[in-house]
Amino acid sequence: MKYIMTLLILVLFSCQNDIKTKASLANETSNEEDFELEIYDFDGLEPFLTKKDNKTYVVNFWATWCAPCIKEMPHFEKLNTNYKHKNVEVLLVSLDFPFNYEKKLKPFIKKHKLQSKVIALDDPDMNTWIPKIDKNWDGTIPVTIIYNKSKRIFYNQTFTYNQLEEELQKFLN
Amino acid sequence: MSKIFKTITILAVVLLVSAFTANKVISDQKGYDIGDIATDFKLMNVDGKMVSMSDYKDAKGFIITFTCNTCPYAVLYEDRINELNKKYAAKGFPVIAIMPNNTDIMPGDSFEAMQKRAASKGFTFPYLLDEGQKIFPQYGATKTPHMYVLQKTDKGNVVKYIGAVDDNYKDASAVKEKYVENAVDALLKGEAIKETKTRAIGCTIKI
Repeated sequence: MKYIMTLLILVLFSCQNDIKTKASLANETSNEEDFELEIYDFDGLEPFLTKKDNKTYVVNFWATWCAPCIKEMPHFEKLNTNYKHKNVEVLLVSLDFPFNYEKKLKPFIKKHKLQSKVIALDDPDMNTWIPKIDKNWDGTIPVTIIYNKSKRIFYNQTFTYNQLEEELQKFLN
Repeated sequence: MSKIFKTITILAVVLLVSAFTANKVISDQKGYDIGDIATDFKLMNVDGKMVSMSDYKDAKGFIITFTCNTCPYAVLYEDRINELNKKYAAKGFPVIAIMPNNTDIMPGDSFEAMQKRAASKGFTFPYLLDEGQKIFPQYGATKTPHMYVLQKTDKGNVVKYIGAVDDNYKDASAVKEKYVENAVDALLKGEAIKETKTRAIGCTIKI
């Protein structure tokens, strides 16, 4: 009897293992599949910066060529993981060059398995849209906006995870 | 005794705070605004010679660009900067390029790398290393490329334009507003410059 039980448990376990392997395989394949990158000009981007619902939005402007942006990227990803169930949405707005979307941006998103929403801003008339995002922004990245329907702060700085969480808390209380 | 201790503590706090504010003033320094007199410099060119604005006896002004090898925006503008010099040096407004990055952080911007880039792109203008990074903070440059148009006067070189080269980094043929050219053309004609300050995305200067 004992022998049969052990066998049964073994079979059950091996089954579970099998399922797990299949699931992770499926995941990997979907990661390798091509995905559509959402690309906007400034008029298309503006609604993402002015939502009036009950969420708090953390919008980071970055690019794959910008070293300090890449350095702080994991903090935004961690913030997204820790706060997405608390009415917070992280949005990563890429300023990569359109000719690098396929070569650099999409491979970066895939390689680092970015979980936050990534969109690309393609609007060469920077002198028009930069002051609309913030009058004090001179055009260097990274910059970040945290906003909800009642409050909005523009950050011309890089973040550690703790700094980012601390700033976000000001919007959640 | 405790009174003395208190006084010392207060003094220490005051000192700390004032030290902090003094620091803040420096980091908040905005650099030049339109109408300010720009400092001259003496920096090494890729050919090994020192270059200053005062060397240019016949110049009416200068197109100063803070630029580098490693920033993709700067790279996209290399040909256009070269064209600016070809067009305006003869009219009295030569281009002088200054590389402001810390070359320890950005080895791709080292003096040797600058020499190679200047040669391969056929730069017709000096490409200077901001040795010790002392010049760009005075101008208030924050990124590459960052343009300054200066006009030579009796009082010195007056800042007339700060900002981008033009309004389309990715396609020179789709440019509608050539900010730098407009500014220099206006100075040459003795007219007012329409847009004296513009903004564009660039790479942070690495310190």
